[in-house]
Amino acid sequence: MTVTFPTTSSHSDSVLEARALSCVRGEKPLFANLSFELKTGECLHIRGENGVGKTSLLRLLSGLSKAESGEVLWRQHSIFADVSAYHRHLLFLGHRDALKEELSALENLQMYASLDDVDLSLENALGALARFGLRGRENLPVHYLSAGQKRRVLMARMLTRQASLWILDEPFNALDVQAVAELERLIEEHQARGGAVVLTSHQAVSLDHVKVLEL
Amino acid sequence: MSPLLTMVHRDLLLVMRRKSEVLTALFFFVVVTSLFPLGIGADAALLRKIAPGVIWVAALLSTLLGLQRMFAADYADGALEQIALSPQPMVLLVAGKILAHWIVCGLPLVILAPMIGIQFDLDASSLYVLMGTLLLGTPVLSLVGSIGAALTLGVRGGSVLMSLLILPLYIPVLIFGAGAVYANSVGLDSSGHFSLLGALLILALAFVPWVSTAAVKIAIE
Repeated sequence: MTVTFPTTSSHSDSVLEARALSCVRGEKPLFANLSFELKTGECLHIRGENGVGKTSLLRLLSGLSKAESGEVLWRQHSIFADVSAYHRHLLFLGHRDALKEELSALENLQMYASLDDVDLSLENALGALARFGLRGRENLPVHYLSAGQKRRVLMARMLTRQASLWILDEPFNALDVQAVAELERLIEEHQARGGAVVLTSHQAVSLDHVKVLEL
Repeated sequence: MSPLLTMVHRDLLLVMRRKSEVLTALFFFVVVTSLFPLGIGADAALLRKIAPGVIWVAALLSTLLGLQRMFAADYADGALEQIALSPQPMVLLVAGKILAHWIVCGLPLVILAPMIGIQFDLDASSLYVLMGTLLLGTPVLSLVGSIGAALTLGVRGGSVLMSLLILPLYIPVLIFGAGAVYANSVGLDSSGHFSLLGALLILALAFVPWVSTAAVKIAIE
């Protein structure tokens, strides 16, 4: 499956930019005046201790919640200027897998494709599942899959989503050594196509073009 | 496929995989309404008189049983976030969830109503009126109920709170729904009741999807 993303390199190749973001949860300020810039093909690795606000930052970047102050820009425009256009380019995977347990892996992929308004042929869906070792388990309800296999279904979703920005919360959790390598390769392919990635992880990630943000 | 139909298809597929939850609400409706004739005995005149109220109250309560499920499961597993992050208009997706709830919890009541009505010795014209009021009224129950379901997301003891929030809002539907059947049975014109139920439905259709969408967004923020 080859997908290329339009780049706006004419004026600047900055894809995602955070300007002076501040986040408050309850009474407690989590972080303040946070700025960074992410270019095409780059990966931002957000690190920090538990409770420091990594997930909150990801939710701000995805537009699920609003910052106390500051703004998030997608190709030089505020993400809230046209939020549905932004969401067309965005794949956000939170710490919950959002897979419906009653549906099979294949049905989950197809369901999310229609929800995300992405054309997904049966062939491509089966191919993506097969690539991540789920051949023969396509029609098994996700309920019967192990935690690691569920993450593999998510990897198939990442492959078929055709989004240029991936925001991933702890994507390496529950993965065995081989799956970690497969996910790293998937992310590298995405970067090579001009996609950008923001992820949190406690492990060191062995990817190219990684910027590290310590919270 | 339109966003609305996408969501209806998704939710109905999920319901088909977990039939017991839906059947519980329908069995509740059938059993509760069947208990009254058994408990009261063969006083046909009394049964005819209480039929509209009993059937409508049972319909309100059985709709309530299915409401909790409308957003709660998707909220728990993170799917509601993915719905909010969909590039498609969220209000249509939420409207799709409400429509799916009505197809599962409202429409069967309309179809079952004649069978229940016969137990209360209702005549044919009363049965038609009963079905008509349920057809107009149950979508209002699903719509208004969705606000309660969305507002109580993530709240401990949410289902009890939701009942307290929603049941008072169901009163107009109950009054005009049961009133139409009663008016018809005593030979009065019930078209006024139908007009008011229709007005409630239009009003709910026009506003509720936006209100519920806003409530869902607050819940997942």
